[in-house]
Amino acid sequence: MSRREARKAEADALKSSTGPTPSSSTPEPEQTQQSEPTQQFEQLGILASEPPVEGDEPDEAAGAAASGRAAKKARAASAAEQPPVRRSMATKVVGVFGELLITAGVFVLLFLGWQLWWNSIVLTNEQTSDASSLADDWNLPVVTGTTPTPTPTTTDTAAPANYGDPAVMGAPSTGTDFAIIYVPRFGADFKRTIAEGVDPHTVLNKGGAGHYEDTQMPGEVGNFAIAAHRDGWGSAFIKINELQIGDPIYVETQDGWYTYRYRDTEYVTPYGVGVIDPVPQVEGATAVDRLITLTSCNPLYIASERIIAYGAFESWQPRSAGPPAEIASVVGSGN
Amino acid sequence: MYAALWRVLPGPVWLRIILVLILVAAVVYALAARVFPWIDVLITPTQEVTVDR
Repeated sequence: MSRREARKAEADALKSSTGPTPSSSTPEPEQTQQSEPTQQFEQLGILASEPPVEGDEPDEAAGAAASGRAAKKARAASAAEQPPVRRSMATKVVGVFGELLITAGVFVLLFLGWQLWWNSIVLTNEQTSDASSLADDWNLPVVTGTTPTPTPTTTDTAAPANYGDPAVMGAPSTGTDFAIIYVPRFGADFKRTIAEGVDPHTVLNKGGAGHYEDTQMPGEVGNFAIAAHRDGWGSAFIKINELQIGDPIYVETQDGWYTYRYRDTEYVTPYGVGVIDPVPQVEGATAVDRLITLTSCNPLYIASERIIAYGAFESWQPRSAGPPAEIASVVGSGN
Repeated sequence: MYAALWRVLPGPVWLRIILVLILVAAVVYALAARVFPWIDVLITPTQEVTVDR
């Protein structure tokens, strides 16, 4: 573009910026091809409506711009004065709504904290004291006198004493705490009550384990199957995936202590009821072994599957023989 | 909402702060003791750790 053309464009721009329609954009397409100083000047003239340095026409533009600004100010002022009630009401409503939303968020966070942390601590403490008092009740001398005490038939002091076939208690009524489970792998002082039934509201949500009502009792030939929560509600079986082969699982009833050894783990769908059969996963088979089955949810906090831990019976000892050495310090509330 | 509560509370600022803390503690305790167990029963899945048909 020649210099003359540039000047012409400049003049056009000036004219349009001071004319009746200041925002006219006729010269804009040419802007990109103009020399630099001109372009800057033009931008000033059009975008900011600043008065150019020479000529008397631009003064009018300045006046127009100033009056425009004044009008704007006046409009803003009248808007602030005229409907002040409406505007502050809207602000108030939005403010209260925001506070309600924040409150709801805090409420949900508090609930999560309660469910995962506070309630678990409360339930764990309750369970520990319940299990202790239950064991203390069984240790009262009156209870132990009812059945004749079996005597060990082995004289080998190295081998565990053999008290014969384990005593098997009758099925208790639903909801009754009838046993205590100790698993040192879950914690040196881990103990939970086992109640009859697996109803979440009456049994499992109290933090202990529940016994599947159609399955066998501790020490009985077949399958002693229990369930407990893994995430929340006391998280009794939270470490069920950390069991190692041979880990002891002790079950205490009023008759004595049953020692099971952890054998293997299986993952099934929530409908995998075969795991609580007398012979797990073999429907209708005649049981010859004494097993314990722990069921809980998997994965943690999702519970789309079930984790199943099996243990095999090893030995039992009557109440008169005292608790197994490993859990002796945890049984009851003594010590 | 909370601004109105602040205006309703009596006394100087330090007393109001103490009162607010007491109120918050009371509300949290009431939630943990009464409201949350009630909600827990309402929203708990009935079968989460057991196998069932």
